[in-house]
Amino acid sequence: MPFDDLMLRHRARRRQVLLALAGGSALTAAPVWGRTPEAPLPVVATFSILGDMLREVGGERVAVTTIVGVNGDVHRFEPSPRDAKALLEARVLVLNGLDFETWLPRLVQASGFAGQQVLASDGVPVRRLNAEEGHDGHEHDAAPNDDDAHGDHAHDGHAHGEADPHAWQSLENGMIYARNIARGLAQADPRNAAYYASRAESYISRMRALDNEIRTGFAAIPKERRRVITAHDSFGYFGDAYGIEFIPVAGLSNQAEPSAADLARIVRITRESRVSGIFIENMTNPALAQQIARETGVLMGGTLYADALGPADEPAGTYLGMVSWNAGRLLYVLRQAGN
Amino acid sequence: MNGIELLYMPFAEFGFMRRALAGSVALALAAGPLGVFLILRRMSLMGDAMAHAILPGVAVGFLTAGLSLTAMTIGGMLTGLLVAMLAAGVARLTPQREDASFAAFYLVSLGVGVLLISLRGSNMDLIHVLFGSVLGLDDGALILVSVTASVSLLVLAVIFRPLVMECLDPLFLRSESRMGPVVHALFLLLLVMTLVAGFQVLGTLMVVGIMMLPAAAARFWVVSVAGQMALAAWLGAIASYAGLLFSYYANVPASPAIILCAGIVYFVSVTTGPQGGLWQVARQARARRLRLSRIPERD
Repeated sequence: MPFDDLMLRHRARRRQVLLALAGGSALTAAPVWGRTPEAPLPVVATFSILGDMLREVGGERVAVTTIVGVNGDVHRFEPSPRDAKALLEARVLVLNGLDFETWLPRLVQASGFAGQQVLASDGVPVRRLNAEEGHDGHEHDAAPNDDDAHGDHAHDGHAHGEADPHAWQSLENGMIYARNIARGLAQADPRNAAYYASRAESYISRMRALDNEIRTGFAAIPKERRRVITAHDSFGYFGDAYGIEFIPVAGLSNQAEPSAADLARIVRITRESRVSGIFIENMTNPALAQQIARETGVLMGGTLYADALGPADEPAGTYLGMVSWNAGRLLYVLRQAGN
Repeated sequence: MNGIELLYMPFAEFGFMRRALAGSVALALAAGPLGVFLILRRMSLMGDAMAHAILPGVAVGFLTAGLSLTAMTIGGMLTGLLVAMLAAGVARLTPQREDASFAAFYLVSLGVGVLLISLRGSNMDLIHVLFGSVLGLDDGALILVSVTASVSLLVLAVIFRPLVMECLDPLFLRSESRMGPVVHALFLLLLVMTLVAGFQVLGTLMVVGIMMLPAAAARFWVVSVAGQMALAAWLGAIASYAGLLFSYYANVPASPAIILCAGIVYFVSVTTGPQGGLWQVARQARARRLRLSRIPERD
């Protein structure tokens, strides 16, 4: 599997981040000037994926606090006083936006945070969720490609359905995230602007390499076979990027419990069309997915990471590791289903 | 498809519907009778509280064995038992009543649980991960719920007489035998076992609902405790079947559908039940008024 060595690399890199700086090629090229004995810039990320990006871009010049940690569920998070304290002391707050962190406005207000807010998803082409979610194979017609829609992504009236917040699932968007983070850090800490920009560029080049590798992997699989079932509707951007059809069992959030009719529909779709595998997400009960697998004889594909990274010592402990893990699992199952 | 086929087709076509029916009927048969006793003891809200009280055990199970449903269930069951026994002990040894001591212990337990989880620096919703769905029953879950239900029913049958006495007239039982505390403890054991196994297999709403609603409804039809238990069990089973069909045809989530069906049974019982139902109460009141108005006034 071509992703194995990639995962190992990310795992190794993770340790180096803790020791000194990420062991990317850019680090040797990182400018030595501007290195001052002053304390690193205190920054806060709303959840683990943004936290990892922030560490990658900010390097040793930032001290990152992540509000919703590893394997945490952003959808049902309740802030604690510790989070408000971290936010109060921070100079920069990086958030996903797209109505993902619904609890954030109140936390920001309560904490008295006066620093700079960085909207990581600023400028990504926003995907819309169908108002009627997930029916009959979930057509991908809900992606208005307004690449130049800087800032006005929240609710442009003509769109149908809510914005899908899981934009980081596409590496193309990940690159936009990295640039936004670098720009935000530079505004808060102009003296290190060049440092952040160069780190972001090296990060983006690694994303691009991974993106190409994944693209090549999926290109080898016939398009009609790229059809899988997931526990929740979190992989729309990933599916759009690589031409994979994700059929969600329940709706977008973890709260929704499916009806017997929903489950029956999924079983029928699976029986009638070529679904290659069923995947669950980290931190969900696998019972429903297993039920469908038992009912239809389709492969259980294992765990995909959607909204939160795994622990640091696991392959999906970083953003790049997570994307390559997800792609690796999918490729493995799609290839197996073809045989 | 004719009318009769509509009633069984979903179960014939889909394995998950058959599993859901088997699991919820098994649960209903055991939970209904237990619910009757909970109502007798005025502890109707205990099931819901128990769903929170098991959190520390679930958290310890998770912290030691990772995301293993078995470890989390065993942990939950032990904590549930501990909370129930402590609460019962306080109720026996002090003047405080069982509902109050239970509320106190379950809140402490919930606090400990939330604390344990946050020690790990995670806000992960363990309870949500642990609690199952009626549509997701696998073989293990079905065996767990049916074994629990069978054991519950058998033990209930054995301790039936002393338990009824313990609920209705504990002082009499105390004067007659020393079985009181034993019976009480056995009952709590059955209750915690059924609740926790049910949570893991079917989810909180489903278990607590199928335990309390049919039991509350049965009270309006029969007087005897044994009759109420039998009726509660069957009302629960019927509500499960109707709810699954409702969920299938109306495209609504399964456990709320089952609970709503049980709720309809309850409302019908409250209004038309012959043992103190609203309609009967109104009729009796009218009869009393008529009777009183016919009494000739003196002077």
